[in-house]
Amino acid sequence: MKHTICCLVENKFGVLARISTLFSARGFNIDSLAVGETEDPSISRMTIVVNVDEKMLEQVIKQLHKLIDIIKVIDLTGADSVERELALVKVNTADAAAKSEIMQIAEIFRAKVVDVAPKTLIMEITGDAKKVQTLLDLLRPFGIKELARTGKIAMQRR
Amino acid sequence: MKKNGAQILIESLIKEGVDVIFGYPGGASLPIYDALYGAPLKHILVRHEQGAAHMADGYYRATGKTGVCLATSGPGATNLVTGIATAYMDSIPIIAITGQVATPLIGNDAFQEADITGITRPITKHNYLVKDVKDLAYTIKEAFYIASSGRPGPVLVDIPKDVQMAAAEFHYPEKISLRSYNPTYTGHQGQIKKLAEAIQKAEHPLIYAGGGVIISNAADELKELAEKTGIPVTTTLLGLGGFPETSPLSLGMLGMHGTRYANYAVIECDLLIGIGARFDDRVTGKISHFAPKATIAHIDIDPTSISKSVQVHIPIVGDVKNVLKELNKIVKKGNISGWVEKIEKWKKEYPLTYKQDKKIIKPQFVIEEISRITKGKAIIATEVGQNQMWTAQFYKFTKPRTLLSSGGLGTMGYGFPAAIGAKVGCPDMTVFDIAGDGSFQMNLQQLATAVQYKIAVKVAVLNNGFLGLVRQWQELFFEKRYSESRMMNPDFVKIAEAYGALGVNVTKPEEVAPAIEKAIKSPLPAVIDFHVAPEENVFPIVPAGSPLSEMMGGLA
Repeated sequence: MKHTICCLVENKFGVLARISTLFSARGFNIDSLAVGETEDPSISRMTIVVNVDEKMLEQVIKQLHKLIDIIKVIDLTGADSVERELALVKVNTADAAAKSEIMQIAEIFRAKVVDVAPKTLIMEITGDAKKVQTLLDLLRPFGIKELARTGKIAMQRR
Repeated sequence: MKKNGAQILIESLIKEGVDVIFGYPGGASLPIYDALYGAPLKHILVRHEQGAAHMADGYYRATGKTGVCLATSGPGATNLVTGIATAYMDSIPIIAITGQVATPLIGNDAFQEADITGITRPITKHNYLVKDVKDLAYTIKEAFYIASSGRPGPVLVDIPKDVQMAAAEFHYPEKISLRSYNPTYTGHQGQIKKLAEAIQKAEHPLIYAGGGVIISNAADELKELAEKTGIPVTTTLLGLGGFPETSPLSLGMLGMHGTRYANYAVIECDLLIGIGARFDDRVTGKISHFAPKATIAHIDIDPTSISKSVQVHIPIVGDVKNVLKELNKIVKKGNISGWVEKIEKWKKEYPLTYKQDKKIIKPQFVIEEISRITKGKAIIATEVGQNQMWTAQFYKFTKPRTLLSSGGLGTMGYGFPAAIGAKVGCPDMTVFDIAGDGSFQMNLQQLATAVQYKIAVKVAVLNNGFLGLVRQWQELFFEKRYSESRMMNPDFVKIAEAYGALGVNVTKPEEVAPAIEKAIKSPLPAVIDFHVAPEENVFPIVPAGSPLSEMMGGLA
């Protein structure tokens, strides 16, 4: 099962390496990991999506907490939270008919077309994982040339 | 007044109360060695950096004081790795200081460069690369604090050569606090009460104590708990010495090579109280069959140890000593007389045993004799393999910090340097390394260290011409196909003598005791070469991955 964990960590070099070392050494599977500075520049926030069972999740959280540079670990599983992911998709638009269909899909999903080339366009989509995935499924038949996803970031509502 | 990085390091170590460093110099640590010259700090020049890490480890295990080892960059640093991993697995606080190539060269594949913070990340509690001399004093303070607090462990500090030579004002911080690191020392009162109630209700309770009892200096509190409640105590390998084996409540060690009665007690108990132990696979055997009838309580300072392998019903996170003190205030004895009788019966029926021989020296006999002659009061280091398991079975440990053994990592070659470190820390104690012929040869060059500094440790080599435990597994599980487990050995007596140590050759059972006494009396480091029965086995044995109920052998 997929679980979302947020870590507040010291914004120091090597912290990301400590976390990835921990995950590989303990055999935890990372689905995605997103890192960025917080409102306090000495602290970074990492949003990690792991695919583990409940028992393993407890270990993941405890082991993360044990790392010296980790200040706080928040388990967002089942929490009331806002989750977003951003993706850039380069789609094949060689066929003119397809192009208008693709633009329509973009509109429905409130995706932004951020670049247009003769045979491709780049679309930007933000949303939760499900929305991003649905859009990608719809675009796939036209031919996805390139895909970049940020991985999920998340925040508790209260 | 400004000092350079190397001087700041040495001053900081002195401020931390360090009195000895185990190390080996090299290009990237020369400024540190220059600052050491004439400093009020003893330095022991080892013959291989692995030994330096094990010595720092042995020094801690014997004295309770954080050990320090020092190596140069590149190969010096990588040679420490096995020693650091050994300390990490057994929660031993050591500080490993490594020289590093100068900061402008880092990442350039410079001569003797290795990314030692990267290499040691999974085997240290924490590590540092100090890039600015202004951070050095604070980093050393933090390193000692992290190594020795909470669940202890090794911390590595990597110091580039230009940082060693750069100047800064020296201010050593008095106190330290980290927003990201706050170990839990006090146990939850409600949980402690819950455990006290469970103890009173239990009919078949059992205490399972580990190395945490010793690290936390809680042997007295454990004894008080056992005596107050009458609950029998079994210990892990690293827990040996944490509870006196002379006590009628002692069941010795449990697990793969544990006593039959300890393992029977685990199988039958209805309350298992794990104290500073981590339910390691060598203890539990097949997890699903471990303590099948028991409610499991677990006291440990490390939350990750709780419910990692075995599901725990009463978890208590906290320092063992603190928790036991609180528990002892409220705990009451339950009605367990039937259980105690049952255990007594097991102890009589299934004692640890071996067949004595008039002509051939039995390795167990050698250990019994060392135990008898030292009255169970020596510091005993072991290597890994049969020597280690027989020591656990047949030496009667009575005091904490008297067994030094690589339990988690199982490092052959650990015992001899660890014994040297222990003897440096406790010069008035008799210190033995009980070794196998295989293990001893992994680090025997440290005889030169022992002789140079007159560190009179005694090595008892149980020489069977085999990698004994490998051979035993091949005998039991691989149809006696002794693949690469037979060893042609050098003459250990001549080797000892060549290094300037005492060598004693022993081939007959009646020579065992006199040889031990002779070695103890000698002011020199000594190697006793006991030619023991070549195909003796460690029994009982629970085959790896089997339930504890499937013990083999060891019946009288």
